[in-house]
Amino acid sequence: MTFSIMDFVIFGSERSMFFPPPTSSTAAEVDSLFYFILWVCIVFFIVIVGVMGYCLIRYRERPGVKAEPSASHNNILEVTWTVIPGIFVGVIFYWGFVAFLDLRQSPDESYEIQVEAKMWNWSFTYPNGHVDNVLHVPVDKPVRLVMTSVDVIHSLYVPAFRVKMDVLPGRYSHTWFEANTVGDYTLFCTEYCGTKHSEMLSKVVVHPSGEFEKWLEDAANFLERMTPVEAGEILYQRRGCAQCHSIDGSAKVGPTFLDAFGSEQSLMDGSTITVDENYIRESILEPQAKVRVGYRPVMPTYQGQLKDEEINALIAYIKSLSEGSQVNP
Amino acid sequence: MIVDSNSEKIIRDDGVNYLNCDRGWKSWAFTLDHKRIGIMYLAGILLCFLLGGIMALLIRAELFTPGKLYLTEDKYNEFFTLHGAIMTFLFLIPSIPAAIGNFMLPIMVGAKDVAFPRMNLASFYLWVVGAIFFLLALGLGGLDTGWTFYTPYSTTTNSTVIAATMGVFILGFSSIFTGLNFIVTINKMRPAGMTWFRMPLLLWSLYATSIIQVLATPVLGITMILLTAEKMLGVGIFDPELGGDPVLYQHFFWFYSHPAVYIMILPAMGVISELMSVFSRKPIFGYRFIAYSSIAIALLGFLVWGHHMFLSADSPLAAVIFSALTFSVSIPSGIKVFNWLATMYKGSIRLDTPMCYALSFILLFGIGGLTGLFLGALATDVHLHDTYFVVAHFHYVMMGGTLIAFLAALHYWWPKMFGKMYSEKWAKVACLLIFIGFNWTFFPQFLLGSQGMPRRYARYEAEFEGLHRVSTTGAMVLGVGLGISACVLGYSLWRGKRAPRNPWGAATLEWQTGSPPPHHNFIGKPVLTDPYDYDDLVFDEEEGGFVRRRRRSSSEQEKPIKEPSIV
Repeated sequence: MTFSIMDFVIFGSERSMFFPPPTSSTAAEVDSLFYFILWVCIVFFIVIVGVMGYCLIRYRERPGVKAEPSASHNNILEVTWTVIPGIFVGVIFYWGFVAFLDLRQSPDESYEIQVEAKMWNWSFTYPNGHVDNVLHVPVDKPVRLVMTSVDVIHSLYVPAFRVKMDVLPGRYSHTWFEANTVGDYTLFCTEYCGTKHSEMLSKVVVHPSGEFEKWLEDAANFLERMTPVEAGEILYQRRGCAQCHSIDGSAKVGPTFLDAFGSEQSLMDGSTITVDENYIRESILEPQAKVRVGYRPVMPTYQGQLKDEEINALIAYIKSLSEGSQVNP
Repeated sequence: MIVDSNSEKIIRDDGVNYLNCDRGWKSWAFTLDHKRIGIMYLAGILLCFLLGGIMALLIRAELFTPGKLYLTEDKYNEFFTLHGAIMTFLFLIPSIPAAIGNFMLPIMVGAKDVAFPRMNLASFYLWVVGAIFFLLALGLGGLDTGWTFYTPYSTTTNSTVIAATMGVFILGFSSIFTGLNFIVTINKMRPAGMTWFRMPLLLWSLYATSIIQVLATPVLGITMILLTAEKMLGVGIFDPELGGDPVLYQHFFWFYSHPAVYIMILPAMGVISELMSVFSRKPIFGYRFIAYSSIAIALLGFLVWGHHMFLSADSPLAAVIFSALTFSVSIPSGIKVFNWLATMYKGSIRLDTPMCYALSFILLFGIGGLTGLFLGALATDVHLHDTYFVVAHFHYVMMGGTLIAFLAALHYWWPKMFGKMYSEKWAKVACLLIFIGFNWTFFPQFLLGSQGMPRRYARYEAEFEGLHRVSTTGAMVLGVGLGISACVLGYSLWRGKRAPRNPWGAATLEWQTGSPPPHHNFIGKPVLTDPYDYDDLVFDEEEGGFVRRRRRSSSEQEKPIKEPSIV
């Protein structure tokens, strides 16, 4: 593009005085448009200053010299200086519009991350349920952000990607980007939101190809960082157990977990079992195998969805809810 | 005063004018004289400008370092809110129309007063009450919403939002009263022979401004009432918790506040149109284009509010439409700039202080207007929205435009208003310092913005420190320049040379009467002439100003005026 050549002529080095280096797939186009407008502005400004300077010198007040009679209007001239800027403005509008559609239209195969803003922090939820306060993304892969706010209006802004979108309470807004350079970039809130608005900052970490998935797995791997009981509680909340199994003794769609461990229960086929580690594991992986009396066989299987350590953590958590009750010898 | 009817030279001056015809505070407090009301407005808005300016300097000082220098985050947020609110509602909107326009408009149409003098006084007192509400908000522990009062932040924060919104509501009526008065005065009180296209261009621009004031301000009033109702009574209009829509507030607010930008800039353009012609000693170029472009700007200005909300989760379609409309409003502004430049061509340009400010206006407003292209274009706006680029852009337009034009107007009409000449030399020094200080302050902010520095940040990342320091230093220079300007004008009141009736050789009607004008504006009937024909005006040593050359006998002067060169 000619603009990049001009860019080189005036702004010389790789590092622009105007922008952080472009690190997303759409940034270069935004920058090109910016430089195009910049050049239009520079040319028009030089014309204005030039004409003004010429008149100031050539037609300054001199003794004995009066203003020369000249036309007080000239339709052709006036139409000309209406139409020529009009053409430039039309080009700028069209270019801005086309590039904007690219900024707003995320590709179908985008990786989706949920964003929740509140005074004064960000949280990012990944498809596997991992929640983080830093935005981690893979390089060279379109990422779509689905954003909402729990309080006032915020706005998510990553200058390096030339991406910004307001985050509103009570509705979802979207933006997307495809980071093409590995690194850490600052993420700002750009809608004034009160006391610590200027500290509502986060980071975007762009992971090298193939490492994002590994990071996500590690980050989600809280099992290793917590006691089994704590990890089990998180899984109970996050993986949907809580929808059907209470921990306060009340019966929901499924039986309560309170004081369940170690108790004797009768099954639909008339037999009885003791709720122990093996029964819980079996019920998670093959829920329909031994259904207790009074409950419908509606639980979906978690076969292949929970790893052994996660099952162990859940068992430990359920066990902990029976502390103090009679434990089988 | 006794005036020679042929030359318009003053033969004897009895020294009675609007300032000294009546004495005592009551003669001011209950005056219906548009000139005195204009002077009271002037004093009021200058005080507000001082207050807003001090806050600006405090804000810039805090930004000298990335971390805390001396302001807590809450205090910083209060200061930028009040800086914006005071400068917009109490200074910029009434600056040229209510202060300068109030004084000059009736004289320029050769009338004794505006159409509704009592409404004019009421407008001033409403302004005072509105200003008191703002001071209350300041005193009662701080308004921290930003001057835009965006919901739901403004309806959930504990600060004194209601005092401020009531202030805005009341100021709205003040603005509407002024606008109504101007519309009726221009429609009904022009002298015979002053057709629409023989009016000075300042009147065209004040007329266009008044239309916006009357049509747009009620929307702001209603919005403020709705905001107050939501905050006090819990009526769900804007807050999603109550079933409202926060973006609706932004639509309402900008439906007024974008046209309000034109309330601020159109009178400024009118002032510059007058000055370019007077100091080039040449008729204004393209009178009709300038006049029509004022009306075009006023009307198109109503259709572009959505460009403040390209990123507010609006549909891309709406964004595209608003972007196109926004560009359409840039064209009439461009036309004006080219017309001003063409006016200088083949002129005999005199660089008195008002002209220096006018040239400064063209350059700064030029930059302000051109940088608007970056923000009107959708793709670049996504990056630049709510950054310092926007801050720089609107300061170039509002301060480089409206404030500089206001200073131009103040220096131009100062001799007429107060009958005193100021020191040209020092006034020009101040003008130059203001020009340099202004660019020094705000040009770096374009770079800050494009590099990604968000606005309304009390603390910032270390990478932005250098440019912030440059900007803060420039702000101090700007402050010194404005300070010198204030001293120059203040000193002239005390020790200034007596002003002639027509120091600049202008042809509009206000220069035919005394400086300062008598209570009823004119002694006898003013002689209507082409407002931009300077051929008959010659400098008179004895008078110290310009007088109209004797060309015809006095009976001939009653003839219809010479056909103006404008077609």
